[in-house]
Amino acid sequence: MSIITNINKLFDHRIRLGIMSILMVNEYADFNTLKELLGATDGNLASHTKALEKAEYILVEKQFIGRKPNTRYSATKLGKAEFKKHIEALEKLIKKT
Amino acid sequence: MSNEDYLKDISEIKNLMNKSSRFISLSGLSGVLAGIYALIGAAIAYWLVIAKSDGTLYIFHGWVFWTCMFVLAMVAFLSALTGIILTTQKAKKNDEKIWDGSSKRLLINFLIPLVVGGIYCLIILNQGRYGQTGGLMLIFYGLALVSASKYSIGDIKYLGYIEIILGLVASYYPGSGFWLWILGFGIMHIIYGSWMHFKYDR
Repeated sequence: MSIITNINKLFDHRIRLGIMSILMVNEYADFNTLKELLGATDGNLASHTKALEKAEYILVEKQFIGRKPNTRYSATKLGKAEFKKHIEALEKLIKKT
Repeated sequence: MSNEDYLKDISEIKNLMNKSSRFISLSGLSGVLAGIYALIGAAIAYWLVIAKSDGTLYIFHGWVFWTCMFVLAMVAFLSALTGIILTTQKAKKNDEKIWDGSSKRLLINFLIPLVVGGIYCLIILNQGRYGQTGGLMLIFYGLALVSASKYSIGDIKYLGYIEIILGLVASYYPGSGFWLWILGFGIMHIIYGSWMHFKYDR
C-alpha cells in the first residue's frame, strides 16, 4: 500500500511531530523556545532533536549569544519534504475511513 | 495508531504552527475603543474648522491646523495605549507571552508600512497638500494591517483591504478624504472590533 509507505516512522512521536511543525513555519527556533512550546524536558527534547538531526531532517547550529551558549534548529529541505509527505499520508488515511 | 490518534496529531500540528508563528491575543475591544477615539477626534477637528476658521474644511492655518494635528496625535496615542493595555490583559488570560518572537515580528511588520506612511503624510502636509492626507493615512494603515495579518489573527487582513480601498477612493475624489477617514478609522474599527470581540474574545 502506497499510503502506508508514506507514513514516516521517524515522525511517529508527538514531540518529533511538534518540532517539525514549529520549524515548518519558523525559519529558526532555539532549544528553549521548542521546550516551552512542546512542554518537554531537556533530556527528552535533546534525544528527539538528535534523532531528527541524524536523519538530516533538521540542522543544528550552536553559537554564543554573549556568553550563553545557544542552540538553534532549522528544518532542512529534506525534512520539509518528508514532513509534507507524512502529513499528506495522514490526511489520506483519515479521509479513507 | 488509530484514526483518532491521527486526527489528534493533525490538530496538534496546526495548533503548534499557529502558536509558534502568530500572536493571537489582539483585543477586539481595543479596536472598538480606537474607533470611538477617532470619531471624537474627528468631531473636534470638524467643530474647530467650521466654528473657528472661515468655514471651509480644507483651509487650515495657524493654530487650527496645529490643534487638529494635536488631536490626531492624541487619537493615535490613546489608541496605541488602549491596544497595549487590553492586549497585555488578554495575553495573560491566554497564557501567551506579550513579548516574544511572534509579537516582535507582528510589531515590526505592522510598524514598517505605518511609520513610512506617517513620515510621508508629514511631508505631504508640509507641502500644503492637505486634501491628500486622509487617503494616504487610510492606504498606509491598510497596508500595515495586511502585512501584520500574517503574524496574527488572519482576519485583520480584510480590514486592511477595506482601508486600502477607502484610501484609494479618497485619493481619487478630492474633498472626500475627511468623511472616508471617519468611515475607515472610526466606523470600520467599531464594526470590525465588535466582530472580532464576539468571534474570539468570548
